[in-house]
Amino acid sequence: MPKLTVDGIEVEVEDGATVLQACEEAGAEIPRFCYHERLSIAGNCRMCLVDMERAPKPVASCAMPAGDGMVISTKSERVKKAREGVMEFLLVNHPLDCPICDQGGECDLQDQAMGYGHDASRYGENKRAVSEKHMGPLIKTVMTRCIHCTRCVRFSTEVAGVADLGAIGRGEGVEITTYLEKTLASELSANVIDLCPVGALTSRPYAFVARPWELNKVESIDVSDAMGANIRIDARGNQVLRVLPRLNEDINEEWISDKARYAIDGLRRQRLDKPYLRGEDGRLHPVSWDDAFAAIAGRMKKTKADKMAAIAGDQIDAEAMFALKSLFEKVGSPHIDCRQDGAKLTAKNRSSYIFNTTIAGIDEADAIVIIGSNPRIEAPVMNARIRRRYLNAQIPIAHIGPELDLTYPVENLGDDMAVLEALASGKHPFAKQLKKAKKPMVIVGMGALRRADGSAVMALCHQLAEGVGMVTADWNGFNVLHHAAARVAGLDLGFVPGKGGKDVQGILSAATKGEMDFVWLLGADELDTDMLAKPFVVYQGHHGDKGAQCADVVLPGAAWAEKDGLYVNFEGRVQMARRAAFPPGDAREDWAILRAFSETINKTLSFDSLNELRKQMVAEVPVFAKLDEIQPAKWAKFGRTAKVKSEPVEAGLDEFYMTSAISRASETMAECYQANQAGKSAIAAE
Amino acid sequence: MSIQTLIAEEQPEHFAFDKASEKEIKKAISKYPEGRQASAVKSLLYIAQKQNDNWIPVKAIEEIAKRLDMAEMRVLEVASFYSMFNLKPVGKYYLQACGTTPCMLRGSDDVMRCIKDKLDISSGETSACGKFSLLEVECLGACVNAPILQVNDDFYEDLDYQATKDLLEALEADSPPDVGSVMGRQGSEAEGGATTLKAAKRSGKKK
Amino acid sequence: MLADKDRIFTNLYGWGDAGLKGAQARGDWDNTKAILARGHDDIVEEIKTSGLRGRGGAGFPTGLKWSFMPKEVGLRPHYLVVNADESEPGTCKDRDIIRHEPHKLVEGCLVAGFAMRAHAAYIYIRGEFFNEGKVLQAAIDDAYDAGLLGKNAAGSGWDFDVYLQRGAGAYICGEETALIESLEGKKGQPRLKPPFPAGVGLYGCPTTVNNVESIAVAPTIMRRGGAWFAGLGKENNTGTKLFCISGHVNKPCNVEEEMGVPLKELIEKHAGGVRGGWDNLLAIIPGGSSTPLMPKDVCETMTMDFDALRNAGTGLGTAGIIVMDKSTDIVRAIARLSYFYKHESCGQCTPCREGTGWMWRMMDRMVRGEAEIHEIETLEQITRQVEGHTICALGDAAAWPIQGLIKHFRPEIERRIMAHQAVTNAAE
Repeated sequence: MPKLTVDGIEVEVEDGATVLQACEEAGAEIPRFCYHERLSIAGNCRMCLVDMERAPKPVASCAMPAGDGMVISTKSERVKKAREGVMEFLLVNHPLDCPICDQGGECDLQDQAMGYGHDASRYGENKRAVSEKHMGPLIKTVMTRCIHCTRCVRFSTEVAGVADLGAIGRGEGVEITTYLEKTLASELSANVIDLCPVGALTSRPYAFVARPWELNKVESIDVSDAMGANIRIDARGNQVLRVLPRLNEDINEEWISDKARYAIDGLRRQRLDKPYLRGEDGRLHPVSWDDAFAAIAGRMKKTKADKMAAIAGDQIDAEAMFALKSLFEKVGSPHIDCRQDGAKLTAKNRSSYIFNTTIAGIDEADAIVIIGSNPRIEAPVMNARIRRRYLNAQIPIAHIGPELDLTYPVENLGDDMAVLEALASGKHPFAKQLKKAKKPMVIVGMGALRRADGSAVMALCHQLAEGVGMVTADWNGFNVLHHAAARVAGLDLGFVPGKGGKDVQGILSAATKGEMDFVWLLGADELDTDMLAKPFVVYQGHHGDKGAQCADVVLPGAAWAEKDGLYVNFEGRVQMARRAAFPPGDAREDWAILRAFSETINKTLSFDSLNELRKQMVAEVPVFAKLDEIQPAKWAKFGRTAKVKSEPVEAGLDEFYMTSAISRASETMAECYQANQAGKSAIAAE
Repeated sequence: MSIQTLIAEEQPEHFAFDKASEKEIKKAISKYPEGRQASAVKSLLYIAQKQNDNWIPVKAIEEIAKRLDMAEMRVLEVASFYSMFNLKPVGKYYLQACGTTPCMLRGSDDVMRCIKDKLDISSGETSACGKFSLLEVECLGACVNAPILQVNDDFYEDLDYQATKDLLEALEADSPPDVGSVMGRQGSEAEGGATTLKAAKRSGKKK
Repeated sequence: MLADKDRIFTNLYGWGDAGLKGAQARGDWDNTKAILARGHDDIVEEIKTSGLRGRGGAGFPTGLKWSFMPKEVGLRPHYLVVNADESEPGTCKDRDIIRHEPHKLVEGCLVAGFAMRAHAAYIYIRGEFFNEGKVLQAAIDDAYDAGLLGKNAAGSGWDFDVYLQRGAGAYICGEETALIESLEGKKGQPRLKPPFPAGVGLYGCPTTVNNVESIAVAPTIMRRGGAWFAGLGKENNTGTKLFCISGHVNKPCNVEEEMGVPLKELIEKHAGGVRGGWDNLLAIIPGGSSTPLMPKDVCETMTMDFDALRNAGTGLGTAGIIVMDKSTDIVRAIARLSYFYKHESCGQCTPCREGTGWMWRMMDRMVRGEAEIHEIETLEQITRQVEGHTICALGDAAAWPIQGLIKHFRPEIERRIMAHQAVTNAAE
């Protein structure tokens, strides 16, 4: 632990810390452009120069390892002049077009020019002009503004694992570009926009939309996957305009996926803003809430409880599921389910359906087997963590499923579930690697669990976990990777069939046979709605997607950004998403719709406010008591031993951009999808 | 420089190394420890350039990336960083005239002027006949034999206007003269005989 | 004047056979085994005794540099890297060693490599030296065939390989860490230091990068003794040195002379004197383009060694002497160097990337006088803003020639500015 003196203040820093970190420790502010804590050190901007005793010239503090006894000055005249010099150089070829730059108001160069810039330029030569570079639908480039800090290049190479970005040429002719100006093929690509300290890389969909000081900022949670990335939602008036990552070391650090960031334009399209009722003409007509409720109530009155079912979707907040579950309890139907995809997970044992290792735990893993999942698209930010772990420790990683490019080397063990049997019985060579490992992990995805033999897969996973010693006093290596944001909360709430109840498949097949007369879809769009032709369907949700199209009554609900709601991420961490805008038209928050409807059928739910609802929910399901924390789940037996089937193991998702009603409504996601498909077909054509 | 100005507009659809190139590639890669094959990237770019009439098409960059297990972007970065890789076609005789101060002091302006007079090309251009391309380059490292004109791989030294003219004419006739000093110096010794190494016998003939 | 018997490079001009036989006749590869038998550290000590300072420009003591390599070889092998990327304007000495004395270099690789416990040397030769590279490769191949390299090199019991890699046109690769990057197959962009190559160099392994001349003189020093070498030249500036005399002299040439030789003597004895006589001298750049120029009066008594030149505010550098007579457009001569540095900046760090272009553009205007008098001060300040603030020394190298020009020829710059203003004023 070296001790240094910075501006006369003695500080002690961790071994391996840099002088820059030591300066910060001492409270000295060090300006920087290229340096970024989560990227390799480039030392190229030269803004962080400080004076070091006995050094003949100023040193770049970001690149200088802190050494015992160093005496650093960050305030000397020489340091000030050095930084002013660097700033002047940065500005000579920078266009100073701040008034028309989207980075304006949140620009590092603009901010630091306040501290180190001159009031007038001494540069009388022609400024450099650099042509724009195509990088895809998300990243807008104004490369004349680029200061060559290479943060974007380092991010894509190091974190995203996609070496498409680089700097061609040399000297003052250096230009940042993707290879032959192809779309940056990463699910994390737009993070380079946040990283860019100037306005060279800005958000294309957000171009010229708003100025930062016009925006209301709300701290929330992303629901585009089940990781629960911490985000900030920026809205102006009632429009959600922007999503940015928020720092959470345990979850997303400071990254978010492109879908988390850009599916938001889907919030403005295809919205359900009025209740609808299917008329005799077979079409949906707008009606009043009372008429919609009356239609549902009338139908329910005629239907036996045993012929009624409820299915909750993938992005539903816990409160809404709790309300719907309470309603169906009162109605007396056991046919409720939150597992649209038919995952063979049970709600009994929490350790059987969460990501026990935790996301941060990946940093310690020393062998990983992934089964039936493509973490690169199911949880891109978490996947980057696996990649980092690989880069740091070259841990062995294997995969059962289709061949995938996960951005790190993966041994593909084939797509036969028999491989899992061999692993579980210890016969497979990779089982030895897992056994040898001190902290092995298994990550099982929906591709493995939604199969008919999902319970057997779970049993094999349990056997594997025990067999290789994956569960110890301080380590649980068994992990389920969900990609539905609502799923863990649904399981925690027990939104699964009650005694004698049918699961989703049961409900759908009963419906096709005419044995299920009434189905309530709470934001459920990811199922085969053709099978719902016969029953009376209520669709409660926010988008005119698949579910609404088959509905007899549509109840317009608020989308996730339009209400406060609890979500539990795949780690089992309860987090609160916050309202950033109001729902459009007559749309209302889902819990309130259910509460109101319950009165119509005289099954009034016993809460009058969201607070009361939460209190009851916590009383019934104590995991909801604590926000932002994970309570370790007790290890217990799960799964049902049986022979596995021979059909090939699939990944949980095979497409990233259009996976929910919101992202399917998003024009930006559609563009990304097309660019991605074009990129794929270009590769296939070779 | 956009990518369009960096690389040739017309690109071949395919590129494959020929047998002679393959032999060279094997030799180049064998110089480096296992896993360090990227070290051979400049060699492979040279090999591709030599095989492909002195320029490197995009398909060759991609083939090299594949061979060396490098990202295509990394190979392009290298190809665009170093001045000796041509990403666009050049003439049969690629004239690289040194214009840095030591050559300038000894008359590189005359060499350039002669090329302009004779071929009507400036730096970065190819002659109308397509046979000659010119690039003004930086110090070629033969300053005591300045000025220098590099033609493809060979240095012509101690030039002046007339000698440059003679050289260009010889090249036009496809009969390149002996490389080296055009005034008969064997190496870097002073003109008319060295002042040192008196005991050593001068072989008298130019290589 | 250095006696012929004390010259190391006896085939400097290529009069004799550059091949193995010719080299052996000149004493190369003579019982190299015995040199190696003295042991790693003994060789380092002998080189230290010789006082040899690096011949690539910085003049760092070579023996000391070798001693920075770890004494034990751990999991990471040691590497010797030879910098044959000779590109400093005014410098063409290594070219002669490579094409006419390649075996001195190859044998030097073995001696130096063995001293630092390396089993492999990479020689990085500038791409333009295509024909020189062929000669060197032939020398390497012949050495292998003769058992002087490879397993049990020269019968020493030490395995040693020498590999040649061509650069491809980038002055910056002469900077040792840029050279290492380039060797690894990347763009030649200098690395941040620390860590230094002796700790983390080629492929992350302990590495020493030496100039061609430094390595090529090592076998002779070992044979004739460090004391012999130290007896030549001056204290702290020992031995012989290859000088390149270019520009406005009657007979430009390379010559091996003693360190500390008077500049005037060097020019008059070996290069046929300044064109038009000594009194026609305007200025001299003494050590390659990066070293600030000296006006005639400083040249009068100057001796060519590290310390004397440093004390005069310039440097020995690579000993590439660029002579400029009174016909020289001195502003253009330096402006052309500014263009060189702009062209050769790798573009990695801000002051160099932006500063070299700015400096060149201002210099380019000053050539024609298209400037204001106060801009001379601005230009000087910009050179100070670049100098000492960059990752590598290219920034300094770009700044110094301009500083030298302003220091010694400010009136000439002012004269042009005023002349230009007079013309434009008259036109108005």
